[in-house]
Amino acid sequence: MHTAAYEVRGLRRCYRGGRRSEPVPANDGIDLDIPAGGVFGVLGPNGAGKSTLIRQLVGLLRPDAGTVHLFGAPIRAGSRATGGVVAYLAQDEPALDETPVGVAISTTARLRGCSRVESHRIANDLLAELDLGELADRPLGSLSGGQRRLACVAVALAGDRPVLVLDEPTTGLDPVARRAVWDALARRRRESGTTVVLVTHNVLEAESVLDRVALLDRGRVIACDSPGRLKASVSDEVRLDLVWRRDPPTDDPVVSMLSARSSRDGRRWTARLAHAEARAALDSLVSGPTLDALDDFTLATPSLEDVYLALGGRDDDMERV
Amino acid sequence: MTQLGERLETAPDAAPAPSFFASVASVYVGQLARVRAARGPLLFVATLQSLGIEILLRGVVRHDGRSTAATIVAGSTVLVAAFVGLNLLAQRFGSLRERGALDYYAALPISGGSVVLGTTASYATFAIPGALLTAVVGAAMYGLSFSHLWLALPTMVVAGIALSAVGAAIGLLLPRPELATVAGQLAMTAVLFLGVIPPGHMPAGVRGLRDVLPSTYAVDALTAALRGHPSVGGQIWRLAVTAGYAAIALALASRSFRRAVDRPRG
Repeated sequence: MHTAAYEVRGLRRCYRGGRRSEPVPANDGIDLDIPAGGVFGVLGPNGAGKSTLIRQLVGLLRPDAGTVHLFGAPIRAGSRATGGVVAYLAQDEPALDETPVGVAISTTARLRGCSRVESHRIANDLLAELDLGELADRPLGSLSGGQRRLACVAVALAGDRPVLVLDEPTTGLDPVARRAVWDALARRRRESGTTVVLVTHNVLEAESVLDRVALLDRGRVIACDSPGRLKASVSDEVRLDLVWRRDPPTDDPVVSMLSARSSRDGRRWTARLAHAEARAALDSLVSGPTLDALDDFTLATPSLEDVYLALGGRDDDMERV
Repeated sequence: MTQLGERLETAPDAAPAPSFFASVASVYVGQLARVRAARGPLLFVATLQSLGIEILLRGVVRHDGRSTAATIVAGSTVLVAAFVGLNLLAQRFGSLRERGALDYYAALPISGGSVVLGTTASYATFAIPGALLTAVVGAAMYGLSFSHLWLALPTMVVAGIALSAVGAAIGLLLPRPELATVAGQLAMTAVLFLGVIPPGHMPAGVRGLRDVLPSTYAVDALTAALRGHPSVGGQIWRLAVTAGYAAIALALASRSFRRAVDRPRG
């Protein structure tokens, strides 16, 4: 049976931009179903309303309109009940800056209802699992960005909640630590059926780890499906990236067509074209006099970023790491 | 939508939340570890400031009886708690609120009240050794009675929690951390002047202001103890009023906690 962990309907929250300004919606009309036991992602650039949505899912922000149900029960903002089911990792945890890593994990486990003995065991296990043992006595604020993020992930995992809501859990992590986090999440999912909801603006990460993804733009969900199906929805297009050695000949008809249809970053042009169109353009570029001006090119199948752009999203700062 | 009952059967059980006192104790222990590691020098400054005032006034105040001396020592003693509770804790909560750091606590299965009480109690704990040292050194320096000085301990526990709770409420209520810092420091200055200066030397209007300060009853309780003849009823009454202030400030800070979290960011 398909079971939803979260059911979100018509969610809206505004904030005031200034003292006399009109309320601006941080998000508006959000409808989502987040299946239990999966890894669900929220993808979008900065300012798309990802963190606002995530904070509503944890019951930190009271919606102006709409509802959030968690396993069938409505979430009331400010209720302690949500914290019994959900663990939340904020983008940053400044509350723990001056707390040693080991104490931060064990105190959090205690505050999630574990006994003192159990909390110490949990802290030791998590320090070993995420390879943080050497940092146990260091305050979080004294750690490097990546170490600090990893320690915050350990804090979120303390006390094994059935739902993990994580705001950019792998930002700033090196590949080894990133792998350790994904392994830790996969283990909990496999062994306990943990539901993971995470925010990311890393397109490649979203494609490789998410079961479902919601694309957010200016506070609205513009698409929600599996990464594979979303990419298939724009599969009639490919992305052609060109890097020019010097200014290309503008009298060439293919160059002028590409010039009109590309987004440009210096001498790097990116165009989204139909398969046949891209093939024809590339044939012409590499066989004619334009080849001298061309430094490099790539032809790629659509990524989630292409889906995002095809659906009208703004691509301000999404990462392709 | 599918049936609600069906949904709930498949829902994972919520873990049992810690009791109110267990969560207060955990916040308290966590804060104690944090403050011990990061705030030691400031606690030293808090004590040094009060000892400095005692030394300064020992040189300039003429002895017009034990009342003035007792008020100076009592005011300096309570000032340690004001520095730590009003000043540092208002700054701390103002900064936590501004940086979105309250989310960490608000997402846990504990009440805002337990966060406020645990943090308040830890700050009060750190004020107590400095306050007791100030009382003992002051009593020795001004030749005051040691016979009832043990009363400084319960008085400072209650006063420490009351002043820290007021600091917490200031930090959580004011919309910006700079305002919280300024308000905390102004409140500390009020405790300094209206606590150290004997009330008999004040104009009536200022005395009225002194009467509504939460620190005043603790200062009066300590003054009576240092003069060596406190009445049991008077001491209980003064501690009860201080505890009343603590309860009101704790309730106000707890109410402000969720409101301080419920703000869109970024």
